[in-house]
Amino acid sequence: MITTVPVVEKVLSANDAVAAEVRALLDAKGVFCVNLMASPGAGKTSLIERTVAALKDEFSIGMINGDTSAAAFDAERSQRAGAAAVHVNTGGKCHLEAAMVRDALALLPLERIRLLLVENVGNLVCPMSWKLGAHANVLIGSTPEGDDKPYKYPKMYAGVDAIVLNKIDLLPHLEFDCERYLRGVEALNPGLRKFRLSCRTGEGLDEWIAWLRRQANGNP
Amino acid sequence: MHELSITEAVLDVVLRHAGGARVRSVQITVGEWTGYVGDSIELFWQELARGTPAEGARLEFRFEPATLRCRRCGREFPVNGTGLECPGCGALGGEPAGGRDCTVDAIELEGGVES
Repeated sequence: MITTVPVVEKVLSANDAVAAEVRALLDAKGVFCVNLMASPGAGKTSLIERTVAALKDEFSIGMINGDTSAAAFDAERSQRAGAAAVHVNTGGKCHLEAAMVRDALALLPLERIRLLLVENVGNLVCPMSWKLGAHANVLIGSTPEGDDKPYKYPKMYAGVDAIVLNKIDLLPHLEFDCERYLRGVEALNPGLRKFRLSCRTGEGLDEWIAWLRRQANGNP
Repeated sequence: MHELSITEAVLDVVLRHAGGARVRSVQITVGEWTGYVGDSIELFWQELARGTPAEGARLEFRFEPATLRCRRCGREFPVNGTGLECPGCGALGGEPAGGRDCTVDAIELEGGVES
């Protein structure tokens, strides 16, 4: 005898439940958490270095660096910049999952941390599907990637709470049509908070830092 | 590699609902927004399901295309990777509508199950 059992369950419902646990823990400890997503080379770690340098005297900052390998370069860079950093080796998986963040939180001094930056694995496809429990999901785009990215990765652009466009110092050397890029962003995520900056020259960083400071202080 | 995690999650849902019974087939909807590929899920499935009551179960995929719903006229239209204008009224963009999720819809079990 064969029996058909209706299920109708989202495959990622278990991850969503863990993400809700993570959020509850962060809220209980008064930690504001940002999930930073980007393609490889967009400047996630550079933005983190700049951000930690700007805010470390005001807040105690924690970092979770997701990587597909055991090479902890990014966590080391975050630590040198002044954050308490935990390296998470995803074992080849191309995104962080809520359970990885939950386990990493156990290794951080949450009582002291005010701002927690999570550096997701460099990838524009899957990280958006896996909720982590962060308060803000931020996408870092960069000009050398091309102005077609919102059109090619619509799910990522539709799901984030803010976007950073990095490497604007390179604009004179690139065929990057800012208008086309921003039009794609606006189509998918109207009114999205946008920051145009360069981690190399420092241009535009103040606005990003000020936004993050307000978020961490509970004044969005 | 993202299908490894998603296949683990599929297996987890299937075994939870199977209650120990042998699984013959699994119906899965794969939304295009998720970026998952049925063939890759299939590949990991063979490995991951081995030694569980779902070993050898057939996977049946239903593909759901990614669509946007126009914020002006409400028309749902496919995302084709180039333009993001509504073909009905020409307005720019829309809310992600169809194809956002990956779900296990039903499973076929050998023998009866008490619910």
